[in-house]
Amino acid sequence: MADITDQSGPMLAADGRPLKSSLNRALRRQKLRALALIAPLLIFIMVTFIAPIADMLFRSVENQIVSDTLPRTTETLADWDADSGEIPPPEVFEALYTDIFVAQERKLHTRLGSRLNYELSGVSSLFRKSGRRVDDIGEVYQDQFEDLDDFWKDSETWNALMGSDDWNAAQIQWDEGSDDPQPPFEPREEITGLLPQTAEIFQIFADFVQREDEDNLADEDPWELVYSALYTDLIQTPDLSGYGGPGSAELLVAMSAVPDFETVDHAAAFEDIDEDWHSIEVWQTIQTYSPDFTSGYFLNAVDMKKSPDGPEMRPDDEQIYIKLFIRTLIMSLAITGSCILLGYPVAWILANLPARTANLLMILVLLPFWTSLLVRTSAWKVMLQQQGVVNDTLVWLGLVADDSRLALINNQTGTIIAMTHILLPFMILPLYSVMKTIPPSYLRAAKSLGATNWTAFWRVYFPQSVPGIGAGSILVFILAIGYYITPELVGGTTGTFISNRIAYHISSSLNWGLAAALGTILLALVLGLYWAYDRIVGIDNVKLGG
Amino acid sequence: MPSERNLTNHETRHSRPAQVNRLRPAAEFALLLIKQRRKRAEATGEPLLADIKSDSAFVEFERVQKSYDGENLVVKDLNLSMPKGEFLTMLGPSGSGKTTCLMMLAGFETATHGDIRLAGKSINNIPPHKRGIGMVFQNYALFPHMTVAENLSFPLEVRKMGKSDREAKVKRALDMVQMGSFAGRRPAQLSGGQQQRIALARALVFEPELVLMDEPLGALDKQLRETLQFEITNLAHDLGITVVYVTHDQTEALTMSDRVAVFDDGRIQQLAPPDQLYEAPENSFVAQFIGENNTLEGVVKEIQNGHALVQLDDGELITAKPVNVSAVGERTRVSIRPERVEYKPDRLSDQAHMLDAEVLEFIYMGDVFRTRLRVAGSDSFVMKCRNAPDQARLKPGEKLKIGWLPEDCRALDA
Repeated sequence: MADITDQSGPMLAADGRPLKSSLNRALRRQKLRALALIAPLLIFIMVTFIAPIADMLFRSVENQIVSDTLPRTTETLADWDADSGEIPPPEVFEALYTDIFVAQERKLHTRLGSRLNYELSGVSSLFRKSGRRVDDIGEVYQDQFEDLDDFWKDSETWNALMGSDDWNAAQIQWDEGSDDPQPPFEPREEITGLLPQTAEIFQIFADFVQREDEDNLADEDPWELVYSALYTDLIQTPDLSGYGGPGSAELLVAMSAVPDFETVDHAAAFEDIDEDWHSIEVWQTIQTYSPDFTSGYFLNAVDMKKSPDGPEMRPDDEQIYIKLFIRTLIMSLAITGSCILLGYPVAWILANLPARTANLLMILVLLPFWTSLLVRTSAWKVMLQQQGVVNDTLVWLGLVADDSRLALINNQTGTIIAMTHILLPFMILPLYSVMKTIPPSYLRAAKSLGATNWTAFWRVYFPQSVPGIGAGSILVFILAIGYYITPELVGGTTGTFISNRIAYHISSSLNWGLAAALGTILLALVLGLYWAYDRIVGIDNVKLGG
Repeated sequence: MPSERNLTNHETRHSRPAQVNRLRPAAEFALLLIKQRRKRAEATGEPLLADIKSDSAFVEFERVQKSYDGENLVVKDLNLSMPKGEFLTMLGPSGSGKTTCLMMLAGFETATHGDIRLAGKSINNIPPHKRGIGMVFQNYALFPHMTVAENLSFPLEVRKMGKSDREAKVKRALDMVQMGSFAGRRPAQLSGGQQQRIALARALVFEPELVLMDEPLGALDKQLRETLQFEITNLAHDLGITVVYVTHDQTEALTMSDRVAVFDDGRIQQLAPPDQLYEAPENSFVAQFIGENNTLEGVVKEIQNGHALVQLDDGELITAKPVNVSAVGERTRVSIRPERVEYKPDRLSDQAHMLDAEVLEFIYMGDVFRTRLRVAGSDSFVMKCRNAPDQARLKPGEKLKIGWLPEDCRALDA
């Protein structure tokens, strides 16, 4: 012993390694085995639960659709001062033309329209309309170039001009019927330098034809947009003297011709499509939602909206979510409260009966778990409706007049009754398991010390059952606050929860961002309440059993 | 009893009080104790409580019966009368009805038949909280969510006592059990012995005249149990309270009680002071249950002048004191305490009857030698000899003659 205890420094194991690392090594195998045992579930949960939830929650702030769909517009619009009261400058409309043209080719403009429609109604139809008529704008240039020379009509001459020699050779070699992929378009470097916009747009066009449409680029006439871009490049008179490749002559001719071309006023053209394009509000909305991330969904979820002056409350008649959150909270509390009131005496009886009777009654408590939730909820519909069992009985007993039957369903009462019934076992079980551990001798001791039945219960038994109430309440409350199916079926319009609204946005309005924001707020609310509970009552005081 | 009270200070440090000799057999020790008490009573001129035949019974059970299922009686015809200030122990094997009796007295069970009286008044219909009886439970039943002080204050609070009175009484009660510095602790932070003291203090703090204790020392280790036995007895006598104590541990019963009621099969088998119980058991059950006992079976041949002639099953004739045999020809069990058996003729009187015996086993126990013998066909006859210089260490197989005084040999029911 002496040689081990006398040494200075870390304790060593028999083989001379530090004891700590020896111990870790010995335990590592156990830890790995434990990890291996939970790994299947862990992976399953990560893939099917955690990751989708994280993705969903991310949608509550994600807003890349605006800058992805209208990249040039949002960039040029950044300098526009919304407070000036003037519509954006012409470059913005030019950029908008380019963006909308590309978007409508890719069929993305309607999605953006729906997205922005959440913020400003009417934008959806504005985008749809613009998508249909945006072709017309570019035709002016296309017609003039084509009138100038047939060179501009033909897709093959365009390809020869815009594509590199190597690519052109490969494209001609390529057999469309074969399984080989189409050679991806490569731009001609000289042209990229001389005609940057044309090259950029043509690249987009080529990519779209080759990748998204999977057509032969040689067969496709360029978009009207390409002609607009060519006009924009040529009007700036680039130095074409150094270029001797295909179409150099036609380019020179075109460059000398463009100053006489009929031009397009993009701003006017868009006004012609829809006068809303000259509405400051539309442009404000686009500008406000240009960043990649937005607090807009969250503001929306608490009945606020973005404005140039920062967040502001929505008009009273558009406020629904805060009221819905408060209603959800209050009703969940009511359900929790009624579960305590109904569950506590039952749990007490169960805990104090002889084991055999208690087990029999416990089966009755558990019975609802073995019945489908839908069946139980539907049963409540039968029970609670105006011509239902409960009302019939009340009328028969003479407690309620036949012509004033109680409205027990499709309102808050219905939701509270049905959900209390459904969640009651979650209250009774933890209460029972906690009460089971309270020896009857405490009550006897209290009584022998002179306490009445009530005092003995209230001062001695009840405080010891509080952990059970805590556990049951947390279970019931958290389940209730996110409940969906029962409020949906029996809640009508006044008895629905926030979760019903979330479901609506997920499946009907398809506003997933708002649904995600509402869900995130709900999650934060639950975690916040859990934290508050921990601070006030202490989570150590929650017992689910023994 | 200052010297004994000081023991408690030692106990908290888990040292062993010098007076309690671990090796001394418990029953003998109990006898020593009651003899001391008797001596003290004689010296002071006060009568020993157990000897008082009081007409003014404080606690009375009259023809009490109890059944849980309507088919079997757990308590059959219980009659018991206790004077004020007595320490009475209900002793018996589990299922003998002793705890049921205690619960009926406390009010947690109702008697199926009969009358229970406290200070002359029937308490059958008084709920437990109005009986004013202090009770110490088997597992202490200290309220876990209250501090020690709050636990003690509880019975005073429900009696609507003022705050300053409460505090004074709580302090006094805690000091009484030497737990004054533990007022702010929770029961879970206390050791078993400390919890037991608090439970005791709580049962006493509202100054009940009757205190019931339901196997209060059952969960403690032997050493602590013995110390607390002293403390409880002394406290009870100092305060002059009446105590009904339930236990299945005969040592505890003998050590602590003024009188012991031995329960079996729902009846009191014998109600007597510990020394009488040990030395003069009235039936075989009590003889077997209290202390170690040798039993020889036989038939009564003759009863005369307070002597019974018993023919043992192997034909041997011995003289015994007839206790509950009445007729000739009746089967009987003869009971002899092992320490009253002698094998040296010079220690016996001349009339002592000698029997042949063969040593089967010899056990050295320190203070005593325990020898198992074959006597009159029985292989489990035990003789205990004090470890003295003249005492021989017998060897198995040795043949010898043993004997006892006829008055130590009691002919009981078969």
